[in-house]
Amino acid sequence: MNPVMHGDVLIIGAGIIGSALAEQCARRGLRVAVAEAAIPAAGTSAAGMGHLVVLDDNPAELALSRDGLARWQARRHELPANAEYRACGTLWLARDEAEMQEAERKQAGYQQHGLSSNLLPATALRKLEPALAPNLAGALQVPDDAVLYPPVASRWLLQNAQALGAQLWCKAQVSSVDDEGVARLADGRLLRARHIVIAAGNASATLLPGLPLKPRKGQLLITERYPQRIRHQLVELGYIRSAHASDGDSVAFNVQPRATGQLLIGSSRQFHDTDPAINWPLLQAMLSRALEYLPSLRQLQALRSWAGFRPATPDKLPLLGKVPGHSRLWLATGHEGLGITTALASAHLLADLLCEQAPALDPTPYNPARFGPWSLADQHHPVGVAA
Amino acid sequence: MSSELHTDIAIIGAGPAGIAAAIAACAQGAHVTLVDDNPRPGGQIWRGGPSQAPASASSTFRQLADSQARLLSGFRVAAIPAPGQLLLEDPHRAQVLRYGKLIIASGARERLLPFPGWTLPGVTGAGGLQALVKGGLDVRDQHIVLAGTGPLLLASAATLRAAGAQVLLIAEQAPWSQLARFGWALKAYPAKLAQAASLAWQLGGVPYHHASHVLAALGQTRLEGVQLQLGARTLTLPCDWLGVGYGLLPNTELLRALHCQISQGAAEVDALMQTSQAGIYAVGEATGIGGVDKALLEGRIAGLAATGAAAAAQALAPKRKRQLAFAALLDKHFALQPAITQLAQPDTLVCRCEDVSHASLQLFDSWREAKLQTRCGMGACQGRICGAACESLYGWQGSGDRPPLLPTRLGSLLEPTLAKANPT
Repeated sequence: MNPVMHGDVLIIGAGIIGSALAEQCARRGLRVAVAEAAIPAAGTSAAGMGHLVVLDDNPAELALSRDGLARWQARRHELPANAEYRACGTLWLARDEAEMQEAERKQAGYQQHGLSSNLLPATALRKLEPALAPNLAGALQVPDDAVLYPPVASRWLLQNAQALGAQLWCKAQVSSVDDEGVARLADGRLLRARHIVIAAGNASATLLPGLPLKPRKGQLLITERYPQRIRHQLVELGYIRSAHASDGDSVAFNVQPRATGQLLIGSSRQFHDTDPAINWPLLQAMLSRALEYLPSLRQLQALRSWAGFRPATPDKLPLLGKVPGHSRLWLATGHEGLGITTALASAHLLADLLCEQAPALDPTPYNPARFGPWSLADQHHPVGVAA
Repeated sequence: MSSELHTDIAIIGAGPAGIAAAIAACAQGAHVTLVDDNPRPGGQIWRGGPSQAPASASSTFRQLADSQARLLSGFRVAAIPAPGQLLLEDPHRAQVLRYGKLIIASGARERLLPFPGWTLPGVTGAGGLQALVKGGLDVRDQHIVLAGTGPLLLASAATLRAAGAQVLLIAEQAPWSQLARFGWALKAYPAKLAQAASLAWQLGGVPYHHASHVLAALGQTRLEGVQLQLGARTLTLPCDWLGVGYGLLPNTELLRALHCQISQGAAEVDALMQTSQAGIYAVGEATGIGGVDKALLEGRIAGLAATGAAAAAQALAPKRKRQLAFAALLDKHFALQPAITQLAQPDTLVCRCEDVSHASLQLFDSWREAKLQTRCGMGACQGRICGAACESLYGWQGSGDRPPLLPTRLGSLLEPTLAKANPT
């Protein structure tokens, strides 16, 4: 069978990463096609909170999340209203003096990179968010962080790409790829492009067995509408440092006021649970944690809870770059919980690499070669894999 | 009341089917718990309990009262935290109910389809209006129009008339040819025929139009009138209330959450009323719309089967065939005419919770995609109304319900025995 599509870049996956990359490549004049196995933005992109946040665990994470946030900020007025972009800022909450010191350390780090943040003592915090428990020690306010509604933002990026000529193939399940630029669909059709980028989130590992990607389950719950009850994204300072650092199951306080007045309550992390159903004990642990910070939540009506799977790498940094040992095959996945924040940054970086331009960010920390090499899943194409 | 209860047989829904199941299971000596979200048993058809129900229901209510069944009124099923457990909630507290076997008699709701003006105050379901009146709404001398399809329109009209309302007319969407065939087929069901005759007698003088439907509800801030298609002509009529119901749909949320097989919108059951999940039974409207006689019979069969009286249950099975044939008649003769699904205008809201219009939904190919992009079905009703509307209008099948089954207090989800009962 002859390949049905010829183009410069074939992107596998129309989540927010694939969509942002499609837009970026189309803007650079490349002929782009996107193959989506189901429907766009319905996987990990639809399951998360949409918190645009600069995280500072390590310099590479900070660089990418900072660049991502800056790019969203720059385009906030282009976004459709139902993408619900709001610059509500983040309050990193400290329970005690030790956590206040952590807040100070965090502030110093932000300052060093020219990011604004304010240390809030308990009284100031109470004024900003009166619903918070009275025993908190204070908070670090990061005013430039924002929130948006990811499925709509993701769809918007994809539509921009389509307006620039990108082709979208829906219900196009890719069953194998090779290094000749050919992707075979489950229905037997072949797609050909100069470059193939795998941006399929957790499903990426089915095309590249051995890819160091593990689905990390997370659960969220959303309430009915309670406008004005909370105004900032609220996150506990222990979020990274204690609760989520381990490989075991964990919960951390994380609450977001939606544009609708609903409260989105998180968060949990779990490896080794691939069941998309709600894990009740963990949901309860998450809600108990939320009540410690926001006691008045107890009387609110819960509308819906769900689980999603973040594609996680061992070092919590994404895989952006060439598949090691290959010349036409690329990766753009593994963003774990930061894919919405970093989508535009990752797209720019990978588009730079694809176009052989010098990237604005140092690509080394995200280079998949730090884990490789792997061989392709492909048993159907006896195509030589150039090493 | 302790926060955890145990029972052999949990029955969800205290309408005729649930009550019949409770009576039969109790007679077998089982410990039975009957859960219902209304203040009194009776379901929609016997709403308001023994004091307001028709004489034909009184012996059923008496048998329930004489049984040992524990009745939990005012409780809704919020979630299924673990196999064999239900999380229940009432306005004040939460409760875990552990059961051996489960009988689901979740009844039905009205199918509401969008048309211009359907969100105006004063527009309700046809059965919904009947329920409001049974619940105490004063409709004396109010002018009312009923529209939609099926026998419920007649029953609703009779209730409204008895409460002093002026029912101006009934618009039935089915064409005369279908109604005539249904009437002819009713001869095989003398009891149903007698019911129909009695309703017709009570409704003497109310114009009944076939091949007719609502085009639009009119009014600025509240309903002021209705525009109707009556056969080939249109008519505008001032009125105070408009009740529109396009038949009934089985309530299957709980069944789906328990992974019971659903086909054509109703629970799939075997001859003993067991669903695709062992130990879980479905009865009454949940297995297909067929009315009170079918519900009573199925409840009895499940009550017997769930308590080990399989032979007695099996003996009742032939009777059920007749009820299923009646249900099939309803389905066939009151099937929706294509015009009914084409009434919505571009600006007509389809999802009332999230204010999503017909025009914005037409852009999508699937429920999941429309939901993600427009929030259709993400509101407080969790798609109970717009999900069915989208299925009728666009042919979309709903996907993946997400717990809780109904909006539930956060505090109730923390009901402490859950975690203890289900360690990881």
